Amino acid sequence: MADDNIVSATDAAPGPAAVPPSRRALFLGFLIVGMQGFGGVLPFARRMLVEQRRWLSEREFIEVLSLSQFLPGPNIVNVSIIVGSRFRGLSGSLAASLGLMLMPFLIVLALAATYAQFAAIEAVRGATNGVSAAATGLVIAVGIKMARPLKGVAWQIAMAALTFVAIALLRIPLLWALAVLAPVSIAIAWRMQR
Amino acid sequence: MSLPLLADLAQQFALLSFLAIGGVNALLPEIHRRVVESAHWLTDTDFAQAFAIAQAAPGPNLLIVSLIGWKVQGFLGALVATIAICAPSSALTFAVAHVWDRFRDAPLRRAIQHGLAPVTVGLVLASGFILARTVDQSVIAVGLTVATVVAVLTTRLHPLWLLAAGAAVGALVAV
Repeated sequence: MADDNIVSATDAAPGPAAVPPSRRALFLGFLIVGMQGFGGVLPFARRMLVEQRRWLSEREFIEVLSLSQFLPGPNIVNVSIIVGSRFRGLSGSLAASLGLMLMPFLIVLALAATYAQFAAIEAVRGATNGVSAAATGLVIAVGIKMARPLKGVAWQIAMAALTFVAIALLRIPLLWALAVLAPVSIAIAWRMQR
Repeated sequence: MSLPLLADLAQQFALLSFLAIGGVNALLPEIHRRVVESAHWLTDTDFAQAFAIAQAAPGPNLLIVSLIGWKVQGFLGALVATIAICAPSSALTFAVAHVWDRFRDAPLRRAIQHGLAPVTVGLVLASGFILARTVDQSVIAVGLTVATVVAVLTTRLHPLWLLAAGAAVGALVAV
């Protein structure tokens, strides 16, 4: 059955993997994903879930992803929660999310401790500033890529611009900005689809 | 160890967990506003360093939160901050995952998704702006940021190569 995982696009609700992965398998699967994910974990999560272990079909993965992007919180953590819960309930979610976070958490603290030792060296500080500058470019590029689908939809461009001005320029606290912008934007979307 | 500080860390990031629409990258301006501008737990330089180290490490980009916790209260602070940014949204996700599929084609779900999309875009671009203002303190740094944006949009280079290039240029010319 595991080989037969090519789900047709019309199949709305394909079943779960033939043999549900154990908690241990969930932990280990996401452990490896966590260690691989440089500059974005999602591509590695997709490869593990869809291509290597075949716990999800491509279509199921897209659905899991869109739900985890829609909900608040770190997207990849949400993916691990949904996948874990689908196969093993609460303990599956805990195993998957713990596996995902364990190594990156330890590695980043080790890096920070190491950095503190060598921060006095000019080249090390320079390298760190260079990484910051490049990583800033990554964030801006992601924003630009995400903005592309809004092209031509005037109200969506306006909402994106308003959000940018509120947060980046006016520095309005996120809670208040979202409390106004999110309902307004959802209301417009609601009216537009009628 | 300071329990009030740990509790403050937990409370700050637990609230942010619910506000993290569009992931942690969209949260960076708010994190900066809270931990640098309001609480003064970190300086701009600390924030930029934490951002760089978190990006250079493998794993989710929420690791900047772990490093802020580390800076404030050591290992325990890192643990508390990391759990606080993950747990509330994870609990919500766990609860919603079970009912979500039933509303697959509901108009309200589509409206929510279409409505939040542009807000998320605005948040991520605001993050880029705040980061650039915090991080790009020299002409070379600005050049690196711009070059990275262009490289991402016009090539298929793995992000790790771009970070490595940033590190190499930074080490050589001490940005």
